[in-house]
Amino acid sequence: MTSPVLEDAYEIYRETILILVVALGGGLFAGAVLGGEEMLAGFERYPGLLVLVPAFLATRGNVYGALGARIASGLHQGLIEPRFTWNRRLFNAVAASLINGVFISIFIGFLAWLTMHVIGREPAALIELVGITFIAGVLTAVVLIVGLLILIFAGYKYGLDPDNLVGPIVTTLGDIFGVVFLYVAVITIGVIV
Amino acid sequence: MKAVVPEGSLGSWETRAIVATMIPVLVGLSILEMGSGVVLEVLEETFLEHPTLFVLVPVMIDMGGNLGAIMSSRLSTRLHLGTLDFSLRDDVIQKNVAAVMMLASTIFVLMGLAAYGVGHLSYAVGFAAAPPMELSTLLVISFVSGMILAVLAVALSLGATYVSYNLGVDPDDTTIPVVTNVCDILGVIVLSGVAILVL
Repeated sequence: MTSPVLEDAYEIYRETILILVVALGGGLFAGAVLGGEEMLAGFERYPGLLVLVPAFLATRGNVYGALGARIASGLHQGLIEPRFTWNRRLFNAVAASLINGVFISIFIGFLAWLTMHVIGREPAALIELVGITFIAGVLTAVVLIVGLLILIFAGYKYGLDPDNLVGPIVTTLGDIFGVVFLYVAVITIGVIV
Repeated sequence: MKAVVPEGSLGSWETRAIVATMIPVLVGLSILEMGSGVVLEVLEETFLEHPTLFVLVPVMIDMGGNLGAIMSSRLSTRLHLGTLDFSLRDDVIQKNVAAVMMLASTIFVLMGLAAYGVGHLSYAVGFAAAPPMELSTLLVISFVSGMILAVLAVALSLGATYVSYNLGVDPDDTTIPVVTNVCDILGVIVLSGVAILVL
């Protein structure tokens, strides 16, 4: 019954399943936050919030995945060292991902507001939607950048290839903190606006 | 203790250069993702009525991209090595398709079971307002939408690698990001479609 194709497929399966299960765990935690009572109330209170969730989560992966990939190749090339010392390249890369992460968050808040108008639904105030994505964007940026650097540096010192670490780390941290800070931002905006 | 720093690639380590290359990509991606967002918005009633569906959303957003990335990064490595033959008889293609389908069937059964557990836990601690939907319904939704997503991820990876092969562009730079992001968008759409049919 065993064919070489199935044996090789099982080999790929074994190498990959653990990472996917970790990503599943992170995703379900994020999902539990999204499906929580307060967040559902937020979706009803701020029309347009639901529209921005996929874009907000997907861009976390892209911004911080790009930073992680850059740090990984920098370590491989010996351009940066695996520690928090002053390094112009490291600083530039971190600054760029901070700018990208915060800019795109604000843009997504605006885009969700615009999209609601396009589909003929009344959105929440622009300041509310942009306020939520701005707060959530800044908080995720700080935690993801610091968390990503700590984990990549530690993994690299233990002899793990950072190229294999970046994807799963970014996906899992991005989901968890992305949604948690979206939740924090919804509560914060509810208090101050 | 200063590391020996070779010069030359400094250009790509300039903040302005990194921002300038990334922003158009991020803006384009966000506009595409509004598609998923609109699907959620239009189906808001269904989602609010069955909050368990929300528990599945982040996983569905990620997993399509993950499966697409596994498939297309392996295909692209083979393409670079020159050992890929675009036919259904090619054993590299066969074993990768088999692996992705095995991974998907494990993950999406597990997703249904775990989402049910998470839903109960969240209700028990008073975080969610209602208990999760029935386990059988949840399993059907998560397995059916997950397997449809896996088939789409495989088809898109094969298609995109084939196109970049014919156009002579490096799939690592182009098709993998495109496939993972398109699969991300499809995840929510497939989940919503299946949920509407089942519920």
